[in-house]
Formats: sequence, C-alpha cells, structure tokens
Amino acid sequence: MTEVEATVDPTISPALRAEALESLLLERGLIDTKTIETFIRTYETAVGPMNGAKVVAKAWTDPEYKQHLLADGTAAIAALGFKGPQGEHMVVLENTPDVHHVVVCTLCSCYPWPVLGLPPSWYKDPAYRARVVKEPRAVLAEWGTELDPGVEVRVMDSSSEVRYLVLPERPAGTESMSEEELAALVTRDSMVGVTKVLAP
Amino acid sequence: MDGVHDMGGKAEHFGPLPTIDPQEPVFHAEWEGKAFALALLANRVSGANLHAFRHAIERVPEPEYLSGYYERWLASAEILLVDSGILAPGAVAARAENLRGGRVEEPAVPEPHKPTMPSGGGGNLRTVEESPAFAVGDAVTTRTSVPSTHDRLPSYARGRTGTVTAVQPAQVLPDTAAHFVGENPQHVYAVEFAAHELWGEDAEPFTLTLDLYESYLEKA
Repeated sequence: MTEVEATVDPTISPALRAEALESLLLERGLIDTKTIETFIRTYETAVGPMNGAKVVAKAWTDPEYKQHLLADGTAAIAALGFKGPQGEHMVVLENTPDVHHVVVCTLCSCYPWPVLGLPPSWYKDPAYRARVVKEPRAVLAEWGTELDPGVEVRVMDSSSEVRYLVLPERPAGTESMSEEELAALVTRDSMVGVTKVLAP
Repeated sequence: MDGVHDMGGKAEHFGPLPTIDPQEPVFHAEWEGKAFALALLANRVSGANLHAFRHAIERVPEPEYLSGYYERWLASAEILLVDSGILAPGAVAARAENLRGGRVEEPAVPEPHKPTMPSGGGGNLRTVEESPAFAVGDAVTTRTSVPSTHDRLPSYARGRTGTVTAVQPAQVLPDTAAHFVGENPQHVYAVEFAAHELWGEDAEPFTLTLDLYESYLEKA
C-alpha cells in the first residue's frame, strides 16, 4: 500500500484542488471537458429520485407490475428504462402497515443510482451511518417517522453490489389520482425508508 | 479492515441527525460536480476498479475523510492516480499553488504502472461453477479475523450468527479485486441478524440484513 500524505495544505480549497487535478489530466489528454460535463449534467438532470418515483407510482397502480417488481427488481426497473452503474442487481422491498424497511451503507455510501440518483447529505452523514444499524426506531422517530411498537423493522446494510429500493406504502385518500400525480408525491427519503409518503 | 469508514454502531458518531432537505441540490457547489466526475474518470484513467476506489477512500486520512463526501472523493482520485504512476506525489498540490499565483516547481510526470488484473467482464456480477455452500434457512456465523486489507464485513457484525434469507447473484470478491490480485467471484448471501445478537439483550427489537461473501461465513 502506498503511504498516504498525512495532511493536505488546509489553505488549498477543494475547489482549487479539483481545478488543479482537472488541469493536470486535461493537459495530457487523459480526460476531456465534454465527458466531465456529461457526467455532471446526467446526474443533475436525468438520473435522480424522479426515476424511482415512476417505479413506485407504477407499482401502486399496476398489480402485475408490482408483482414483477418484487420478484425481479432489476428487470422490472429496467423495463421502465432505468439501469446503469450502482444498479446492477436491484432488490425492491415493500413497506406495509406491519413491516418497515430502511436502507443504509455503513462502510461507504452505496446507493441505487439509476433510480435515486446520487445520495443526499443525510444518507452520507456519520450520524445516520452509525446510528440506524443500532437504533433504527430512534432514528426514524427523530425524522418524524413514528412506528407502532408492533411494526417489524428491517434494516438493510448495503455491503455487496446488491442495491435496495423501498416501495413505500401508498397513502390513503389517493385512490383517484393518476400514476403521474402519484409519482409527484413520492419522495426520495421514502424510497430509502426513513419517511413515509404523505397524502397531499 | 478497521478504519473511520466503518461507522456502523460507532459511539463517536452518535450525534443528532442532519435535517432532511427535500430540495437539496445534487451538487452544492460547482466543484462538487467536478470532483464527482474527476473521481470516476481517475478510476478509469488509473486502471482501477470500483473496489480499489472504495479502498482508496478508506485510505484517506481520518480528518480529511470526515471533512466531506466529495472532499474524500477528490483525495481518493489522487491516491489512485499516484498509485498507478499517472501523477507524481505532490503534483496536485503544486499545481494548485501555481493556479493561485504561486511559483513552485511541479514534479516530473512519472512512469505509469497501471495495475493489470484479468476481468471476467463488465460490472461485478459473475457466474460461479460450484454450488452455493449455504441455502436459505441456514444458520451461519461471520468470521472474527480482521484483515489489514479491504473487506466488506462491518466490524459490528464480526463473529455474529444469523440466518441466510436469500442467495444473491455471485459477485467479484472486493477483498482481492481492491488490491488487483484477482476477481475471485463468490456466492453472496443475504444474512439476517437479530438486533440482540449484534447489540445485546437491551437492543431495540429489529432485524438487520447484510449481503455477505461466502468466504466471510461458516456454518453455525
């Protein structure tokens, strides 16, 4: 193993450090600006929780699709056009009035990119990574998700290349809503299992 | 391996949770997007792989690791590029100094020595000829040994007994792939542990599932 430099110059900001790294690789033709831009724009605009929300809304309105989704998450998600890095093998977990799943990655921040995009700050936060595997009910309650004592809590710590998507409960009073309207209700956080989807 | 990255259950991180901001932007500043793209590209340019990238993040010194997510991505990009001889140690710092008007000599470009490891294809899912050693319903115990190299068994689950709930697709073994000594694909199992097995009798009631590589497990 290479010895790692113990410290970086604290006066070099991350922005300057990124610029320096970029210029070193650009001038040798090892990378190009267009690819960098494409990566950034893709995850800013095309790949994000709106994809997962479409999956959830379809599962809520189409029982056959839901069955497919729970049996073979990877194929059912790919059928809507969502696949790629960090989504090689998808497992979808259904939250019900009796069972509540919540997902974490304690060793890094593994996250199902094709359906949820890049992880939000709270998912990468040391407090979340440390606490949710030891006191999930306390963590959920702190974020306003109170679970009845009878609810079975299942925590999934993403330690291999399997990626998890939570299928949250469809809120009551949404029976007349269209798939598109439902998708707009589905939050990122409910698809990780830290919150529930609320009725409008 | 032990390290700051292994955060599950660690008391020193038991602080208040951050606020959830549903409107949080993907990147909070322009440099974060750049760091994201550069880290992925550094991985490619240095001939590394996903596991080597994760291991590079684990090798980022603790204060820097804790300074932020894209901060540690930037640091790990540099580690991979220096490891493979694409960049000289200190090259980024020297360039940064010069970009802000300094005049320091930049180190010479080194002779590249990218890792070479045969790959069984794209991604990390593989086919394994041998039958899985464990089946759904089997009781299994995780290993207690602590490698000094990359692995994916969190410390809170070392030497614990759980039940196999699913046989996942076989996958490249991170332990060896991270060090470029081979993909060694293995069967992977979803193993469910009772909270009291992990945290003692006073634990909140819940179950916890990890996806674990076959060599991490033995029959209980």
